[in-house]
Amino acid sequence: MKNVLFTVVLSLALYTVSQAQDRGLEIAQAAEKADLGFKSSASNLKMVLKNKNGQVSERALEVRTLELVEDGDKSLIIFSSPKDVKGTSTLTFTHKNGPDDQWLYLPSIKRVKRISSNNKSGPFVGSEFAYEDLSSQEVEKYTYKFLREENNYLVVEQYPVDPKSGYTRRVVTYNKDAGYRIETIAFYDRKNALLKTLTYSGYKLYKNNFWRAAKLNMVNHQSKKETVLEFLNYDFDVNLTDDDFTQNALRRN
Amino acid sequence: MMKKYIIYISVGLLLSIANAQDETIDKALNHDLELDIELENRYFLEARAFDGQKRYYPSLALRPKYTVEWKDGDHSLNVEGFVRFDRDGERTHFDFREFYYHKIKGNWELSIGLKKVFWGVTESNHLVDIINQTDAIESFDGEEKLGQPMVQFSIYTNWGTFDLFYLPFHRKRTLPGSIGRFRFPVIIKADEVLYESASKEWHQDLALRYANSINSVDLGLSYFYGTGREPFVQFDDQSGIMALYPVIHQFGLELQITNNAFMWKLESIYRSNALQKFVGLNTGFEYTISNIKSSGVDIGLILEYLYDDRGDLAFNALQNDCFMGSRIAFNDMQDTSILLGVISDLEKSSKIIGIEASRRLGSTMKLELEGRLFTSIAENEVFLSNFKKDSFLGLTLIKYF
Repeated sequence: MKNVLFTVVLSLALYTVSQAQDRGLEIAQAAEKADLGFKSSASNLKMVLKNKNGQVSERALEVRTLELVEDGDKSLIIFSSPKDVKGTSTLTFTHKNGPDDQWLYLPSIKRVKRISSNNKSGPFVGSEFAYEDLSSQEVEKYTYKFLREENNYLVVEQYPVDPKSGYTRRVVTYNKDAGYRIETIAFYDRKNALLKTLTYSGYKLYKNNFWRAAKLNMVNHQSKKETVLEFLNYDFDVNLTDDDFTQNALRRN
Repeated sequence: MMKKYIIYISVGLLLSIANAQDETIDKALNHDLELDIELENRYFLEARAFDGQKRYYPSLALRPKYTVEWKDGDHSLNVEGFVRFDRDGERTHFDFREFYYHKIKGNWELSIGLKKVFWGVTESNHLVDIINQTDAIESFDGEEKLGQPMVQFSIYTNWGTFDLFYLPFHRKRTLPGSIGRFRFPVIIKADEVLYESASKEWHQDLALRYANSINSVDLGLSYFYGTGREPFVQFDDQSGIMALYPVIHQFGLELQITNNAFMWKLESIYRSNALQKFVGLNTGFEYTISNIKSSGVDIGLILEYLYDDRGDLAFNALQNDCFMGSRIAFNDMQDTSILLGVISDLEKSSKIIGIEASRRLGSTMKLELEGRLFTSIAENEVFLSNFKKDSFLGLTLIKYF
């Protein structure tokens, strides 16, 4: 009798777990689906880095993205300030499975260098954003667990598939009434302690379809540093093609 | 000097032809003007080997850059000047690093004028890189280049990228004057180096390159036919040095395989001319330990083997050597980074220790440290023994406008 009860409890528990997994995955898929079809976009960004003493350092960059359905997106990032890194750019081919392909262009010696995309957890240009926070968010890169629903917010826990990730988990809050856009992400480090919180704000609807935030604020609770990423514009009419995401294109900027 | 003017005039002509094709230049011109000012201080650790040489060389360099784009960046004119003032009159020099018209259309692009092009994957030496002449008096690592007159056509296809270069004019390698460091016992005047070709610097050179990236593999295959960038030099006890630019064929191979934290690299050339045929090889790996203990710091370990079968006829010191180095990137707000390395001769005692470090100051300045130490240079090093008293430390402050 005991055994039967145990089995029932266990299967109920397993059922709940798998249900939570399914619901979490469904939400991530819904979010991806809601953002399908933007084809390509270009944005100018300002990045403001603040250390714990309040000292500020700024970066200006342009990001161009090409949407791919079969595989992960392609992106090109071009720095225009600080001036010593002006013209430095990176080309990334995101893959749904396996490591991304990434090239770096160094304008002073005109060199294109293939770089390892192994460094997911490292800081992007000295900011509180890790490379993995900024790379294309493919559904396949996480496993999921639905946590709760609060009004129009859906909270999902995500576990990175890649063991090289700097996180054990992320807790992502989606807004189901606004195209499943992300409102906040809490990042937990390898010791499962709260590391960072990312807050999206200033959302606008573009092309009647795509929600884009004007401001991303990343706060590191451990180092007390902060990085604000401001999107100064979004251009969904740039009509970029594969030709704009080649090593030749990387050299042009 | 005359030859320089010829280059500028030909560039000007090429540009006006290129511009003539675009009868209506859009009003939407996009200008960008910049200036970098570099204050360099090089201090040599050992007393001079030759009369007139100094210990301390302060120096000033200006790097103005101008770009104008039109038709949404599909057309552009790119100019980068360079001028240095130094105690060594030969190191005081002016050059257009770039001065070219660029057109992009779909998957192809065309460049006409003076331009810099880099080929290669390895860190300690750049064997395959041949399009531009080295501005050898600028830096010991050979990474500073002179602008090369060219017509470059590049096309990107599903099978890779094809580049075709027409190089109508050869530029001579810069060499130090009598009071400069890194000189030979006999001063070779850059202009006195002879040519094998009867057309001298006007020998019409050609180059081709095919490059493709397939998954984790980056491949480059190249061919160059024309006047070599490296002078053929014979050191002679009686008459000193005989130097000449031979007409060469060079086949190049670049290969990089990126596997997680490992980057496996190989560069090889086969170069032939009437006087010599040889193989050069540079191969190794770079392994990066990233974000150590979540500090953001990356440490790269580089190991490369260098081989060149020219023996004493080589105009460099890398015949059978090993490079061990480490690249430390702090990934901090100031982009602090350090590259440390040592090239050790595997047959002789000679070692060259190198350090390069940089850190941004504020938002518009950068401080760079460079050092080269020549230690235990073997007596029978034909090339390197000339520089055994030229160990130096340099500190450069760059201001960006």
